[in-house]
Amino acid sequence: MEEDDANRGQPAVTGQTITQKILAAHTADGRAEPGSIVTIRPDVVLLNDVSGPLAFEQFDAMGATRPFDPARIVLVADHFAPAPDVTAAGAIAMTRDFARRHGIEHFYEPGRGGIEHTLLAELGMVGHGTIVFGADSHTCTAGAFNALGIGFGSTDLAGALVMGQLWMRVPDSIRVELVGTPGPYVSGKDIILELIRRIGSDGAADAALEFGGPGVAGLPMDARMAVANMAVEGGADTCVFEGDTLSTADMDLRGVPPAPAVLADADAVYRERIVIDLSALSPMVARPPSPASGVPVGQLRGQRVDQVYVGNCSNGTMTDLRQVAEILRGRQVAPGVRMVVVPATQKIWRQALAEGLLDVMAAAGAAISTPTCGACFGGHMGILAAGETAIATTNRNYRGRMGHPDSQVFLANAWVAAAAAVAGEIVPPDEIAQTAKAAA
Amino acid sequence: MSMTFQGRVHRFGDEINTDVILPGRYLALRKPEELGKHCMEGIDPDFIRRVQPGDILAVGRNFGCGSSREHAVIALKAAGVSAIVAVSAARIFFRNAVNLGLPVILCPEAATALREGEEARVALEDMSVTQGDATWHGLALGDEVRAILAAGGLVPRVRQALAA
Repeated sequence: MEEDDANRGQPAVTGQTITQKILAAHTADGRAEPGSIVTIRPDVVLLNDVSGPLAFEQFDAMGATRPFDPARIVLVADHFAPAPDVTAAGAIAMTRDFARRHGIEHFYEPGRGGIEHTLLAELGMVGHGTIVFGADSHTCTAGAFNALGIGFGSTDLAGALVMGQLWMRVPDSIRVELVGTPGPYVSGKDIILELIRRIGSDGAADAALEFGGPGVAGLPMDARMAVANMAVEGGADTCVFEGDTLSTADMDLRGVPPAPAVLADADAVYRERIVIDLSALSPMVARPPSPASGVPVGQLRGQRVDQVYVGNCSNGTMTDLRQVAEILRGRQVAPGVRMVVVPATQKIWRQALAEGLLDVMAAAGAAISTPTCGACFGGHMGILAAGETAIATTNRNYRGRMGHPDSQVFLANAWVAAAAAVAGEIVPPDEIAQTAKAAA
Repeated sequence: MSMTFQGRVHRFGDEINTDVILPGRYLALRKPEELGKHCMEGIDPDFIRRVQPGDILAVGRNFGCGSSREHAVIALKAAGVSAIVAVSAARIFFRNAVNLGLPVILCPEAATALREGEEARVALEDMSVTQGDATWHGLALGDEVRAILAAGGLVPRVRQALAA
């Protein structure tokens, strides 16, 4: 704090990344040097029906009687929800009971909620400078909002529920400079698949990915979420976008109390700098079994698919559903192909209904699901049989991720997924868009 | 908890993610004995028949990447795994393992050299890994990690803090 006092009224301490600044603002002494161990007090603690029940058991085992602050705890039944079996129903019941027992108002079930990371933003609980601790690896989605979302396991978050804080190592930062304007059918998904292709699945280990540069301004918040969501697939501890006028306006729309955007100092120190020229990107498809194995969509032309899955915490937004409807309008899902569309939240589902998108998809032969994590993690609502192939807008294509160990998953953006549904095989989306539509 | 571990070595490669350690369809389960039955099912369904209490995993790069599911660590422990020697491990998995008292030794040399099916010994006191005549030393643990492991995991550690 001495430095802060000395610098009062002058420019703040220089040389800091966004990550350092946000973390430092959540420590007792205002310090967060990369590589050091700090104790962070998060603004929000997030758990779901899979990570929550384990954490609640550990909470009790720790001898705790009440959580640190019920108003800052969010519990979402999204993984096995609506419950597909008795075991899952029991896990959701445990989550519901924990909320009731401790006066936690932010508890969400099907019909009122959705997928936790998308929902958390909708609830207005994430904005400039927020820190979210989530018992889910995709908590890093919050980085889209100039916030830090940090994933943990259940016992860590039990500790956070009790103490309102956790230890962590301050990550190094990797600056990802986005330049240029993306061409047709290139989305947030393609930016992150390209980045992970370059750095590999652990290229950002022990680091935070910080996205900035002139290319950010043209990226809608949904696209930023798609990018941030998969930071963990590059091994990152967390990630964060620069705040700007768009993120500021978005906070206002979502009812987040105003807070200044957190920007890196010009002389901030980075472990690495990476430039991605958005104008040079093609739609990307990640081949199984690694999100890091992306190639331009044209290289996989002709790859047959049995199932097309649009949804999950990375790409189940209005932007994605509009892209799907754009391709499917006046066209049909190919014979022999199943298409499952999962809007990420109840609010998105209703918006898609109001815009007529759900009807376009249903008329094309797609099945529309209630919001759920569903088949993305191999849980339910679209599991793959042995030998089957899916293309999905989800974030992981590990062996057996969506079902049988001998099934496979290709990852792509919503345009590419919808184009594959129409063609029955992977195809560049512009080729489908140019084909004549059937008479409506 | 004991700070030394001894058992036979099972080798796995790079990028062993938590989906293959404990597939998503079992995530509604919580009991160790139920999860242990499915340990490594996504990549080696026969593992559960070979593994014995105390056995040690020697694994490649980025072990435990992907999902934060602590079920993966519970499954490994319930299957009998006592320690993991890794080239590298994903951050969340490493923390989960420490929190549940399953030590992960980061030691690329040992992780690469340990022979399948033979006995090995891991000692946290000096972070050593021994097999036959060979001994290697892994990355020193940070103070907080050491304290959690010494307490037997995060639950007893927080209990101590609450009682203080």
